[in-house]
Amino acid sequence: MRAFMGFIRKEFYHIFRDRRTMAILFLMPLLQLILFGYAIRNELNEADVAILDHSKDSVTRNITDKLLSSGHFKLAADLEQESEIGQAFQQGVARNVIVFEPLFEQKLRSDGQADIQIITDASDPMMAQMLEGYTTSIIQNYQQTELEESGSLAAGITPEVRMLYNPELRSSNMFVPGLIAFILMLVCAFMTSITLSREKETGTMEVLLASPLRPMQIIIGKVLPYLALSLINIISVLIVATVLFDVPFRGSYGLFFGLSVLFIMTALALGVRISVTAKDQQTAMMMSLGSLLFPTVFLSGFIFPIENMPAILQYISHAVPAKWYLISLRGIMLKGVGIEYLWMETLILFGMMVFLILVSIRSFKIRLE
Amino acid sequence: MHTDSPIIETEHLTRRFGDFTAVDNISFDVARGEIFGFLGANGAGKTTAIKMLIGLLLPTSGTASVAGYDVFTQPEQIKRNIGYMSQNFSLYNDLTVAENIQFYGGIYGLRDDEIARKTGELLELLQLTGVRDRLIRDLPVGWKQKLAFSTAIIHEPKIVFLDEPTGGVDPVTRRQFWDMIYEAAERGTTVFVTTHYMDEAEYCNRVSIMVNGKISALDTPAGLKTQLKASDMNEVFVKLARGGGGV
Repeated sequence: MRAFMGFIRKEFYHIFRDRRTMAILFLMPLLQLILFGYAIRNELNEADVAILDHSKDSVTRNITDKLLSSGHFKLAADLEQESEIGQAFQQGVARNVIVFEPLFEQKLRSDGQADIQIITDASDPMMAQMLEGYTTSIIQNYQQTELEESGSLAAGITPEVRMLYNPELRSSNMFVPGLIAFILMLVCAFMTSITLSREKETGTMEVLLASPLRPMQIIIGKVLPYLALSLINIISVLIVATVLFDVPFRGSYGLFFGLSVLFIMTALALGVRISVTAKDQQTAMMMSLGSLLFPTVFLSGFIFPIENMPAILQYISHAVPAKWYLISLRGIMLKGVGIEYLWMETLILFGMMVFLILVSIRSFKIRLE
Repeated sequence: MHTDSPIIETEHLTRRFGDFTAVDNISFDVARGEIFGFLGANGAGKTTAIKMLIGLLLPTSGTASVAGYDVFTQPEQIKRNIGYMSQNFSLYNDLTVAENIQFYGGIYGLRDDEIARKTGELLELLQLTGVRDRLIRDLPVGWKQKLAFSTAIIHEPKIVFLDEPTGGVDPVTRRQFWDMIYEAAERGTTVFVTTHYMDEAEYCNRVSIMVNGKISALDTPAGLKTQLKASDMNEVFVKLARGGGGV
């Protein structure tokens, strides 16, 4: 036990004395959080909108007010005629033009229906889709809350669209769980594979193996510090996310940390497995990058929705541990659901963890024989 | 001169990797307190043989015992009785001199007070007291080598295995290093050393020379020179390696 404690102390020396390791462990997670939070927003923020109001009545003014007070849109121009629409787009004045037909309020009251035209600049298709989505949802929202309540519009005509759990469509709510998964993969799998392969590269691994320390003690001594540090990392990311970006945490902390430990152990096992194959740090780095970090970013649903992927990628995504962890985290943090809805994800993660731990222990032993 | 039973005994020790036989049916004994030179060209099977003796690799067939323990069934006991120094000097560059000593003392199972005492002794002996808090990466290679050897025997093992311990070191430092080896042997530690510097072979009590996985010669340096009518060990080695046969 004394030997083991000394071993762990040594590992912390390695971590605290290497500027690169420290940067990856502590600077990168915060940097990423802030980058994702402020720079890479995929939500609408004061997009330029131009209004062509042929009617200029109380309803159209109300709708316009709603749009402009949402924070998502900023009035760029009040247009007078159709011919100005093309100009507004070409000059880059507006990305979105909203056209109210003449006699809007009157038609709405007599026919129960009036037309709003939403024209977007689709040279950036993603942006156009978002503009359309935001505009529609604000208008529908207005329709439901204002018009239906006053009884002036027949109910049941328009389909009901509501954005559940993230009604403001804030992307920070989406990416924080993904970021936690990514950071854990980085700290646990990536760093573990590097630190273990460094011992191989410098020849100290042989000396450790020839010492009375058991192989299991060596592995555990190597990964334990990273487990501790990654827990600290999750907590700090959670704090920053809630304080800086108002990300909600609606579910149970116990379940959250339980699942996180499952995921951490899975990642650690992957790191150990990689270090057995990789003969030096460089190889370990490339292997973890390709086989762990890329799938965690692209195939977990972190950035791109899995449902939109081709069938083959959807199948592959089942094998990515981060996918199941991410589903669970979003469930816990945003929906506040408990184990009764997440038992399948928990079971899958648990299975993956057991499998990978067995595989990595087995491969580590093979190397010894 | 060496009265006890041998401290290392191997009989028909063999290790195959697939079709390739890295170590082919070697049998030899090493006596207690002996400095045993284990020579051979790169790829001759030296490292594989050492790995079997220190419990890192299971033999395919044959028998071997180290410090009285069987390599098949008692690798843990073997590890408790040996020291091992790899060719990379196996110190941690980002740890200080004192931290390295403490770390190795710890993993070899010394108590804290023993570690403290040993650290002081070693630093004094190696005249490193002034740099005890300097990082290893800032030390000249000769100092690293001496320190690596000292940490490998910090727990006073019965045998110390040295795998190419003098690579990349100048002749004067090598000479000083061999003085340390002699001192350890005088204190009763058996030294099992691989090298490809033939002048160093002269310092050993006995020398075995491996060619293509087999031991093609085993005797005292003087004995080998007489048998092969060679003027120095270098010539012995060249004759054996060219012929590939036994003596």
